[in-house]
Amino acid sequence: MTPLLAVEAISKLYGLRTGCADVSFDLWPGEVIAIVGESGSGKTTLLKCISGQMQPTTGTVRYAMRGGRVLALDRMSEAERRFLMRTDWGFVHQDAREGLRMSVSAGANVGERLMAVGERHYGRIRSSALDWLSRVEIAADRIDDSPWSYSGGMRQRLQIARNLVTSPRLVFMDEPTGGLDVSVQARLLDLLRGLVNSLGLAGVIVTHDLAVARLLSTRMLVMQGGEVIEAGLTDQILEDPQAPYTQLLVSSVLQV
Amino acid sequence: MTLLLKVKGLRKSFTLHQQGGTVIPVLDNVSFEAVGGEAVAITGPSGRGKSSLLKLIYGSYRASGGTIDVLHEGGWVDAVKANPREMIAMRRRTLGYVTQFLRVIPRVPTLDIVMEPLLERGATHDEAGARARDLLSRLNIPERLWRLSPMTFSGGEQQRVNIARGFASHHPVLLLDEPTASLDLDNRRRVLSLIAEARDAGSAVIAVFHDDDERREICARSVSL
Repeated sequence: MTPLLAVEAISKLYGLRTGCADVSFDLWPGEVIAIVGESGSGKTTLLKCISGQMQPTTGTVRYAMRGGRVLALDRMSEAERRFLMRTDWGFVHQDAREGLRMSVSAGANVGERLMAVGERHYGRIRSSALDWLSRVEIAADRIDDSPWSYSGGMRQRLQIARNLVTSPRLVFMDEPTGGLDVSVQARLLDLLRGLVNSLGLAGVIVTHDLAVARLLSTRMLVMQGGEVIEAGLTDQILEDPQAPYTQLLVSSVLQV
Repeated sequence: MTLLLKVKGLRKSFTLHQQGGTVIPVLDNVSFEAVGGEAVAITGPSGRGKSSLLKLIYGSYRASGGTIDVLHEGGWVDAVKANPREMIAMRRRTLGYVTQFLRVIPRVPTLDIVMEPLLERGATHDEAGARARDLLSRLNIPERLWRLSPMTFSGGEQQRVNIARGFASHHPVLLLDEPTASLDLDNRRRVLSLIAEARDAGSAVIAVFHDDDERREICARSVSL
């Protein structure tokens, strides 16, 4: 077995300022890793560098393609990159508007990803879209509505359906529950957890919310000032944090 | 009898960086072994590190020194040095851990919670369902509750759901942290019979009991902290 994603010594400099510094980790099939830390700690920069959305200053990211070939992201052909972006990877953005096409219907948002991988049969596309909308708990009679008419929580669930319809093996999530009401968050988290488990997805989730990390991830990276200062099992980091900053982070969570 | 667990020279202290770097020593040089088919009680006054010892073996706490060798799938793995993936594999196959406290996930039904560890280690849906139903019945959880999330259950019911989950997948090494605390007499008997059954089926049981009679009933020897 090889890791699905191998991150090797990734650094990103913005001029003289450090975005992230010398980050390495492996992600295995079916594993979800959470990247936590406060705003400005480099979480999102790291996520962008490892998901091909931003070129790191130094370091390499390798991905095990379907069929087993391991390729460095910056050495891929355009076709291979497109396959990853449209099929094998999913991206769940904090702001659903970044991940959706707001000018087309909900059903088209889901169907579009299928068409991108060659599906042309209208009936099949529509039934797939309906199936996915129901899996993310969106009523069938909302399929032709614009995402503008959806609430924040529904848009986020629609974004998830759009991503998962192509059966990706890896999903990158940037604060997927940020900006949602607490009750809406709980429902979304629970839905994500169920989907990740039942589909055997691997995931990288950036969050500043330790409860989100606890619920969704098996491993955790704690970032501060662009560096990973602590890494390990999620429950171990939350119950026995070692670094001063991690202890501060864990002890700052308000108990309800 | 197969040796399943070897703890040697285990040390643990906590350094509280937010409180002036205060160091709290918890365990100093703890050593013991456990074989399959026996139950070992961890005893000692409150605050002596009984629960910490179980958490160290399970990997929720990081040891300051020593080794925790666990027989995992035919080979010895030191839980102190194991990487997260190895630890997750050990939890799936070898190490079971049961406390009084259920971490409830909103909206997940009771039956699914109990089935989950079985499905994770590759049982079919039918096998997992049958085992989960059997355990929930034995632990006195009424069938009408199985489809509901334990969110609204009483403390005792949640505790028994957690016990059902912990015993679902026949782990060779079972770590039990006061599994019967705060249960009524009838339910205690039911939990104790599950523990005895797991022990007699060949698991090594490492347990903290708050009740001396229960400890003597289940465990032939003890490790005093």
